[in-house]
Amino acid sequence: MAQSQHQTVRIHPLVVRITHWINAFAILIMIASGWRIYNASPLFGFKFPNDWTLGGWLAGALQWHFAAMWLVAASGLVYVIYGVASGHFRRKLLPVTPAAAWRDVAAALRGKLAHGDLRVYNAAQRTAYLGAIAIGIILVLSGLVLWKPVQFHTLGLLMGDYEGARYVHFFAMGALVLFVIVHVVMAVLVPRTLPTMFTGRVRLPAAARGD
Amino acid sequence: MKRLSGMRASLEGQSRPLIEKIERRLFLRRGLSLGALALLSGCSVTDAESVQKTLWAMSRWNDRVQGWIFDPARLAPEFPESAITMPFPFNAFYGMDQAPAVDAASYKLELGGLVRDRKSWTLPELYALQPQISQVTRHICVEGWSAIGKWSGVRFSDFLKRIGADLTAKYVGFKCADKYYTSIDMPTALHPQTLLAFRFADQILPVPFGFPMKLRIPTKLGFKNPKHIVAIFVTNDYPGGYWEDQGYNWFSGS
Repeated sequence: MAQSQHQTVRIHPLVVRITHWINAFAILIMIASGWRIYNASPLFGFKFPNDWTLGGWLAGALQWHFAAMWLVAASGLVYVIYGVASGHFRRKLLPVTPAAAWRDVAAALRGKLAHGDLRVYNAAQRTAYLGAIAIGIILVLSGLVLWKPVQFHTLGLLMGDYEGARYVHFFAMGALVLFVIVHVVMAVLVPRTLPTMFTGRVRLPAAARGD
Repeated sequence: MKRLSGMRASLEGQSRPLIEKIERRLFLRRGLSLGALALLSGCSVTDAESVQKTLWAMSRWNDRVQGWIFDPARLAPEFPESAITMPFPFNAFYGMDQAPAVDAASYKLELGGLVRDRKSWTLPELYALQPQISQVTRHICVEGWSAIGKWSGVRFSDFLKRIGADLTAKYVGFKCADKYYTSIDMPTALHPQTLLAFRFADQILPVPFGFPMKLRIPTKLGFKNPKHIVAIFVTNDYPGGYWEDQGYNWFSGS
């Protein structure tokens, strides 16, 4: 291509960038307030430190949780509908096979997984992002059962009724926290990914431009 | 805001191992808006009046949404008696030994508001109401735990019709012997499983569980089930509630 040296390409569509940051903000509120709600009646023999939680007390935490849920639901819905309808998910996240995912995760753990071309996700990333979407859906569905165990009783039967849904919601939260930690660690290790989540654009390496 | 100040304190340390850098990054990246707001308002973003107002407004919005979601014909699941939780947990804003001792002989249920027949009711009169039905349902506490119990009494809708309550009114309010008070929406009051309960586990309602009567609503969280009821009133003016006025969601339906 006969372009200048400053050629950039768009790798993150505007919808994805906006919903990413809204989701990030809302999920932080959901997790911090959710920990306070958990503390009111812990499922296991531990509580989250109150300083890590949001809301000040149970009623406050519930207010935050049930306010931010609209943000998560709206932004998540826009993201998923856009991702499916525009082909964004299909282009960026598919195909992924268990063998390829395993190979790339193993390579990443050995520190030998490159992410040189930011336009293409490796199988480990595809797995993680598909997993995060699935976790988000599980969190919303189990959350609906906890919020409305009578109205969504049929849905609740899929996860062991009200009490079962508490565990599903908790472990899905744990999986999401794990995803967020890995996601942020990866962004720290490959820092040039961060600005692209604001600008959406990345400068193509010379090799990729075919110079 | 405690979280932010805690995070800041941890950042002022000399050594910054990787995990703290990650936390910082997480905080900076994920909480950009929150962080910026906190800087503007001196780290008290969650206490700021505008934030509190927004949260309360969202709670009112959630009341409306829950009213729309509520299906008056959908029944809460009922369980076999073998599923009943023993012992059934006690819960109130005071200790179990402080539950009010209501005198059965002098007890009178007072009625008020948009009710045609406001004569008060004695306990024998209430016990004589027919038909009396039982339910084994799940009681879900706003704290998260749940327990299955058996309650018996009359359908609250039967009682409301009997006293000539205005069934088109918005709210039914309750005053209790322990100074507790709460209120519910009319569709929930008329739900077929909403009981004016006089018995728990086939016994006259024990004092800790609400003697002489409680309103059992299996489609609402536990704190919306008032115990030791001494007065019932029907109104179109939002009556609030003991916990609701402190920030718990008013509808709190399940």
